[in-house]
Amino acid sequence: MDKALIIRAASKYRGKVRVLNDIDLCVAPGERVALLGHNGAGKTTLMKMILGLTPLSGGEITIGAARPGSAAARRDTAFLPESVNFHPTLTGREQLTLFARLAGGGADIEALLDRVGLGEAMDNRIATYSKGMRQRLGLAQVLLGRPKLALLDEPTSGLDPLSRQDLYAIIDELAAQGTAVLIASHALTEVEAQTDRIAILRQGLKVADDTLANLSRIAGLPTRLRILARSGQAERIADETGGIRINGTSVEIYCDADTKMMELRRIAAMGDAVADVEMTPPRLEDLYRYYAKGGQA
Amino acid sequence: MITRVFAIARAEMLILRRNWWLVMATGIMMLFALALTFAGSAPSGALGVDMLTVSVASMTTLAVYLAPLLALMMAFDTIAGERDRGTLALLLTYPAGRGEVLLGKLAAQVTALGIATTLGLGTAGVVAALSGGAGEQSVIALARLIVTATLLGAVFLVLGFVLSALAKSPAAAAGLAAGLWLVFVVLFDLGLLGAVVMDDGGFFTRVIFPWVMVANPADAFRVWNIAASDGVAMVSGLGGAAQMLPSWAAPASLLLWPFIGFGMARAAFARLEP
Ligand SMILES: Nc1ncnc2c1ncn2[C@@H]1O[C@H](COP(=O)(O)OP(=O)(O)OP(=O)(O)O)[C@@H](O)[C@H]1O
Ligand SMILES: [Mg+2]
Repeated sequence: MDKALIIRAASKYRGKVRVLNDIDLCVAPGERVALLGHNGAGKTTLMKMILGLTPLSGGEITIGAARPGSAAARRDTAFLPESVNFHPTLTGREQLTLFARLAGGGADIEALLDRVGLGEAMDNRIATYSKGMRQRLGLAQVLLGRPKLALLDEPTSGLDPLSRQDLYAIIDELAAQGTAVLIASHALTEVEAQTDRIAILRQGLKVADDTLANLSRIAGLPTRLRILARSGQAERIADETGGIRINGTSVEIYCDADTKMMELRRIAAMGDAVADVEMTPPRLEDLYRYYAKGGQA
Repeated sequence: MITRVFAIARAEMLILRRNWWLVMATGIMMLFALALTFAGSAPSGALGVDMLTVSVASMTTLAVYLAPLLALMMAFDTIAGERDRGTLALLLTYPAGRGEVLLGKLAAQVTALGIATTLGLGTAGVVAALSGGAGEQSVIALARLIVTATLLGAVFLVLGFVLSALAKSPAAAAGLAAGLWLVFVVLFDLGLLGAVVMDDGGFFTRVIFPWVMVANPADAFRVWNIAASDGVAMVSGLGGAAQMLPSWAAPASLLLWPFIGFGMARAAFARLEP
């Protein structure tokens, strides 16, 4: 068994509505997979099914070798719910101590709270915490007991920019120690840089599941080349390359991944007329739009 | 398993202390028990029993209402509140099973109720004994009252858990709890009384009525305390129905109910999707 999480043909009905439709998804140990999709696409539902909190209507899920919700699965899985909450009258330290006792490990509570930046506030009641502080406490409980699988539902919501970087550093650490990480998120730019693979849900259907590079190739979205012309040469360059003049000095061309090098050689051959070339490959935002709309750019 | 149940119980106990529940419940118990003890102090000489006996008789009547009420007030929020706050889903992803979660919370709440009952009723008992005397019998009656009142509270704690697991929101759970209290503590007895009056000493009154009555944990509590002590029975004047039952009936009812209720709560909780 070399996968930490295997989802096969998982479906979920809510009444007559099909919230999830034949989802297949695997996550290997140490892999970081982003789960994207519009509001109501079924990301949270899928996570709750993996956790055994919501029963499946069809298909099967295995965590290591265990069923969702079984004692073994609960021991190996960590979860950060979206908009995480705790009992307001407990302090951060007390809440984390409870979780540590339930997890059965002798974790160093203070070090963990320090690690997520709650060292100062750990003996204050959670009622006094800001949203970001609650989110950090949620992250601290994920780090208890070395999980084999971590499910993070919108982990960066409410975090300031520096905390987000900390968060991704922590996720990298988890992955480095062999934890399979599944991250549901709407923060495309972050996810683009911080995950190994991307799965996209659209209305309960998995419409994409691959690395960013492969997704770009399959989608065939064009790379944009912007050529900065020397004075008076823009007209000529536009004519020769078949590009579009976007202002007095720049020309834009769009090309596929296959023709990109050819175009670049053509531009280089123009010699002095070209002052600079700027190349923009398709971003996750473009890809996301493509897949989320059902295959139209 | 024990460590996990204990961990949940400790956190729950901390919360009950922090939100003043423990202090308030103890205060309410003490206040009412003291008030009743002094209000009922007049007939003690006339009946030839010590004052603690009279006090225990009044406090039995009090506890029938108060122990279920306090228990339900504490229990209705147990599951519905966690779900409403959004803390239940995360808790249930931990290795503690749902039965362990319930058991831990029950342990803490029974302990809290036990403390409130012991301090509340115990204080009134001590005051009564100091001002009007006490015998060995009446001290035992007081101890029995405290233990059975806690047991009665435990019954309504687990019944409160059932409602808390079934209700869609804490407000709905509170409403259901109020209804449950009314049915078990007030309407049930009224209904039985009506039936007895209509039956006019027939088969129902002589054979069925005592068993139906003792099936209600609140009445079982009353019967147990009254039947076990002649003094208390004499003061409360309610010995009649109790004498028609075998002596094990009331204790069996009160001891079985917590297990039945816990089983129901466990079943209701198992079907809940957080
Ligand atoms: N408890 C529930 N009862 C009924 N329907 C539900 C329930 N939970 C979710 N749904 C429905 O399931 C669908 C998927 O919801 P889900 O919460 O999984 O979306 P999501 O992808 O997490 O969205 P978001 O990005 O807004 O968090 C939605 O249409 C939602 O209305
Ligand atoms: Mg969601």
